[in-house]
Amino acid sequence: MKKVYSRIEEISGNVITVTADGVRYSELALVTSGHGKSLAEVIRLRGNKVSLQVYSGGRGVSTGDEVQFLGKPMQVSFSENLLGRIFDGSGRPRDKGPALEENLIEIGGPSVNPSKRIIPRNMIRTGIPMIDLFNTLVESQKLPIFSVSGEPYNELLSRIAMQAEVDLIILGGMGLKYDDFLFFRDTLEKGGAMDRTIFFVHTASDPVVECLMVPDISLAVAEKFALQGKRVLVLLTDMTNFADSLKEIAITMEQVPSNRGYPGDLYSQLAARYEKAVDFEGAGSITTLGVTSMPGDDVTHPVPDNTGYITEGQYYLRGGRIEPFGSLSRLKQMVNNTTRGDHRALMDGMIRLYANYKESVEKKSMGFRMSEWDQKLLRYGSLFEAKMMDLSVNIPLEEALDLGWQILAECFDPEETGMQSKLLTEFWPKNVERSSEQESA
Amino acid sequence: MTNTTGKVFGVNGNMVTVTFEGDVSLNEVGYIQVGSQKLKSEVIRIRGNQAEMQVFEQTGGIGVGDTVEFTGELLAVTLGPGLLGQVYDGLQNPLPQLAEAAGFFLKRGLYLDAIDRDSSWEFTPKTEKGATVRAGDTIGTVPEGIFEHRVMVPFGLAGEWTVQSVVSKGTYKVTDTVCEIADAHGNTRSLTMLFEWPVKRAISVFEERYKPSEPMVTKVRMIDTFFPVARGGTYCIPGPFGAGKTVLQQITSRHAEVDIVIIAACGERAGEVVETLQEFPELTDPRTGRTLMERTVIICNTSSMPVASREASVYTAVTIAEYYRQMGLNVLLLADSTSRWAQAMREMSGRLEEIPGEEAFPAYLESVIASFYERAGVVRLKDGSMGSVTIGGTVSPAGGNFEEPVTQATLKVVGAFHGLSRDRSDARKYPAIHPLESWSKYPSAINDELVAYCRDILVRGNEVSQMMKVVGEEGTSLDDYILYQKSEFLDSVYLQQNSFDPIDGSVTIERQRHIFRILFDVLASEFDLHDKDSARNYFNQLRQIYLDYNTSEWESDAFGKNEKELKKLIDEKKKGYDPVAEDIRKRAGSAEG
Ligand SMILES: Nc1ncnc2c1ncn2[C@@H]1O[C@H](COP(=O)(O)OP(=O)(O)OP(=O)(O)O)[C@@H](O)[C@H]1O
Ligand SMILES: [Mg+2]
Repeated sequence: MKKVYSRIEEISGNVITVTADGVRYSELALVTSGHGKSLAEVIRLRGNKVSLQVYSGGRGVSTGDEVQFLGKPMQVSFSENLLGRIFDGSGRPRDKGPALEENLIEIGGPSVNPSKRIIPRNMIRTGIPMIDLFNTLVESQKLPIFSVSGEPYNELLSRIAMQAEVDLIILGGMGLKYDDFLFFRDTLEKGGAMDRTIFFVHTASDPVVECLMVPDISLAVAEKFALQGKRVLVLLTDMTNFADSLKEIAITMEQVPSNRGYPGDLYSQLAARYEKAVDFEGAGSITTLGVTSMPGDDVTHPVPDNTGYITEGQYYLRGGRIEPFGSLSRLKQMVNNTTRGDHRALMDGMIRLYANYKESVEKKSMGFRMSEWDQKLLRYGSLFEAKMMDLSVNIPLEEALDLGWQILAECFDPEETGMQSKLLTEFWPKNVERSSEQESA
Repeated sequence: MTNTTGKVFGVNGNMVTVTFEGDVSLNEVGYIQVGSQKLKSEVIRIRGNQAEMQVFEQTGGIGVGDTVEFTGELLAVTLGPGLLGQVYDGLQNPLPQLAEAAGFFLKRGLYLDAIDRDSSWEFTPKTEKGATVRAGDTIGTVPEGIFEHRVMVPFGLAGEWTVQSVVSKGTYKVTDTVCEIADAHGNTRSLTMLFEWPVKRAISVFEERYKPSEPMVTKVRMIDTFFPVARGGTYCIPGPFGAGKTVLQQITSRHAEVDIVIIAACGERAGEVVETLQEFPELTDPRTGRTLMERTVIICNTSSMPVASREASVYTAVTIAEYYRQMGLNVLLLADSTSRWAQAMREMSGRLEEIPGEEAFPAYLESVIASFYERAGVVRLKDGSMGSVTIGGTVSPAGGNFEEPVTQATLKVVGAFHGLSRDRSDARKYPAIHPLESWSKYPSAINDELVAYCRDILVRGNEVSQMMKVVGEEGTSLDDYILYQKSEFLDSVYLQQNSFDPIDGSVTIERQRHIFRILFDVLASEFDLHDKDSARNYFNQLRQIYLDYNTSEWESDAFGKNEKELKKLIDEKKKGYDPVAEDIRKRAGSAEG
């Protein structure tokens, strides 16, 4: 039986300090106070002074509360019994089911040896042209949705989850609004996906420290399932809340902030989580889709900025649409060479023209005369937005490609598109009405 | 191991405070004993009888009172034949062998020999009994792939030594003694094919350092023609996330005309390294006919691997680069991303509670970056042969804003700047190097005056385009509009390049020189065009053919046909040359002829 310490010397924010011997870094302790029990984790050792972050927060902790070290790091139960269950950030049930104690595994384990990784190879089809055609999602990819608050990012997340062909979905909620949690649960239930889903949910009203645990718990469980051959999709929403929790702890620990109060290791902290996405040769995979809300719609804010440097692209959600600019799937070239011969060229060409369209819009807004070329671009832009970008569009990739050529042919002469002649001969649609000419005539 | 031992006093993240007795030196390596594991660490500060150490591993489970053994050695890498083709972590542990030993995941406290101690090589002696040798002199060679790998007197040996014996030609293990030497005081040394060198110290056993002047051809048109890199020079690629830094380095690692490429994947995505790992053994190097892997060393300390070894990784990489330079080879070191290395320094500096500089980076950031890039250079070795280390580093500025400490510190010291632009990458104009902001201090492989003329078109074309945003197309003169079309043409057919196209992806200098003439012809000609629509159409046509020209195989029928078509189309509308261009052309022509 481990010794119980009954004198807490310092309480600052969520961090408490006790004098104790024989304690190990990252070890867990149980803090028992008048409000109940909470886990706490050792985050600094200096001589016999031990600092711990209390999962349920420092609020209400008294100097006379008891601290008992458990001699082991944070663990979570791993088995098929997790399926369909809902837990909080410390792994305690949030539903009415029993607490799970069997087969405990450590969280935040070592990273995969890079030489054991394989090149991603499977496209994940979503039926959303802005994803499938322009920024293909790939199995084992890590990819956040960048979004201002108010955008339907959780809807998009759940739609992709429902449509993607995966074996298992793990939802890690951080600072999730209760309504959003219910929305996810209901959507997955309605879609009949509940029995292949596990929730680890920290809601906005739960203690901050528990928010920090959510990605690690979710990913540790995902990793075990992936090693057993399951294709796991991990949804992490919202990682900005996770980063803000990191910031809060760092400030309590009096760390020198690097950028807008965030700790200097924000990049490494986020990377440690995102890099868990993997495709195990001979076993399963982890694909991670996150949400990174952008305070003030500012992509240079430290959280989206550091995230962008870590993930394999991002989807920008703005005005209820996935923006073509800024959105990027960096793994798309791993798979879009085997879809259809025109996929890559069409993807690049259409975006280039859409960029030109944006310039014309700007010119127009400044009151300039629109040249014939501008007219064509304007027409193109509006068709593109209506037929491709609208999130309600739900068509397979091949149809989206055909639609792309159709839109081009409705607006341009072949050589105006900047596409290679070879492709134009093969794919340029015949007999398409060019309504733009009638308009400008 | 020395007699110095210590005990853990504190743990804060990956920094451990150790109380010791005896002597400890800065940057000395020590091992913290945790249960059955020994965790490698480096001394980064000493105060009284306490040393702060950065641990190259996760620190979970370390407890106060745990034993620390000091080695008396600085953090070093092993040098010798067999480095080529290897994939190491930041501390030079071979990752594939780690995987054999530990499976999918990295295992804490597991360290393996960088070079297999049982490997053997065919050794040819290059010295003889009685010869006088110094550090860096060749005592023999072994064939490593296509290279003659020099087995050298360890760089750390001071003064003159006399060869006592050297083995005859034959196959020896890397650990066999191949040569014995003695100094004037009777000290003797047995030399094997291996020795160690501390990574943070530059290797300086050469005769003279030269100014970089020969081009290091990357086969990226925009770089080689407009913003060239010289062998032995330095360059940086700053850019916001997703702008194409890594892709640019990946294609350079494939196509660059150098002998050896060292790739330092420093704190970035593991997945990106995998592409190189899996593809290089399959790709042939057109220069040698062997696989690309045989000329490559990968140092891979990606973002989720321990931060302290990330800091070490760039030094491990540059030390291996310098080692091969000592063999008279041209080595290219590509570091992606130097910002992650700087951040690793920042993390440690924060834990040491040093007074922070801008954005909490340590005050010594600039000098550390400068001395890293200083390790590039072209040198003449003692035997008269020349070797070079070229360093190209990516920079990942916070918020994509170049006015930040790492970018600024780097710009002060490098010879070329390839700044990537978000606007260009958003518009899928790859490589997204900003043609107006980037610069190079090195000479181009193509006539500088001709290149300057083209850049001028780009600058003026951009001015027109800016003006057009204000006054509209109708407020722009036809001449200006044509200028604008020319600059757009230059951009879309020459600056932009399809990295994933088998032909367009890598363009030899020969081809660049050839197609540049036609480009110049278009830019320098005055055309018979009467209105903007016909000008736009004309340049669209030119562009279309030139793009096909770019993707047709060098000197193939298609290439010839496209070229003929281009010339015909130019001649149809050409009135003559811009007089300024005519002069330059004549001068350039006489210079070339
Ligand atoms: N030369 C290119 N040709 C075609 N596509 C490119 C090119 N360069 C970049 N891209 C596209 O942009 C994506 C991002 O490029 P890359 O990974 O090189 O960015 P980066 O600047 O290294 O970003 P980060 O700082 O986040 O690592 C690529 O996955 C690819 O889709
Ligand atoms: Mg990169």
